[in-house]
Amino acid sequence: MIDFAGVQEGQEIPPFVVERLTRTDLVRYAGASGDFNPIHHDEDFAKAAGNPTVFGHGMLTAGFVARCITDFVGATNLRRYRVRFATRVWPGDTITCRGRVTRKYERDGERRIDGEVAALNQKGEVAVSGTFTAALPGS
Amino acid sequence: MAEVDRSLIGQWGPETVLHVELGKIREFARAVKDPNPLYTDADRCVAPPTFLMTIAHWMGDLASTRSAVKLDYRRLLHGEQDFEYLKPIRPGDVLRARSRTKDVFEKEGKRGGKMLFVIGETEFRNQHGEVVAYMRNTAIETEGAVQG
Repeated sequence: MIDFAGVQEGQEIPPFVVERLTRTDLVRYAGASGDFNPIHHDEDFAKAAGNPTVFGHGMLTAGFVARCITDFVGATNLRRYRVRFATRVWPGDTITCRGRVTRKYERDGERRIDGEVAALNQKGEVAVSGTFTAALPGS
Repeated sequence: MAEVDRSLIGQWGPETVLHVELGKIREFARAVKDPNPLYTDADRCVAPPTFLMTIAHWMGDLASTRSAVKLDYRRLLHGEQDFEYLKPIRPGDVLRARSRTKDVFEKEGKRGGKMLFVIGETEFRNQHGEVVAYMRNTAIETEGAVQG
């Protein structure tokens, strides 16, 4: 975890990589989150809806990106986290989460940073993009 | 396009109660592959950023977060998700969640055809009556079939 003085605008956030997402990962997230849309775990349902197989919950990828952010800013310091969903994520995909600090400022008596983040598949396509705001300790 | 009842925009729906438990936080953190000890230590545990998604277990129908619109799920995209965090959420907290349709608007799609944007908002209050978080989602109904 970092403090305010140690952060620069433009600084890269250390990446977090999920190697080869599995169907078990999708089932585990369905159970943990309560999102039981069958398109994410039922092969027959997914195919009947015109998909080659099941695909990942957008919020599972958003959860991986959140880890990338909180590893950098600390789990209790996040103030805002916003994600947009682009291309879908499939079993077997390797997902790389990364980001950078875009702004450093003070507001409401807190020392804050804004950043932009993204999750990319092994082809470099954006699955999730987003922004965050965190309040950091230090001067 | 879906029918929109503009009189329901801004109206809060019924409450759902979420009991925040250590075991559920640990399970959720494992599912998003996050080994941070703050999600497993009983003494200092907090909920991970996207943990509030677990309200889906208890809300029954997530469509209640956008009650002003009857959407066609075959032509629906989850466009955006937005979290605002005001207080830490910890095991033992009893959160009361209520939802409303915050806004509904139409836009022209890039490849032609109208797109309907529906912003749903869920507010979470803890057992002390403090708002701890807002969760907002943007659902997009397309005029044609959803392209993947």
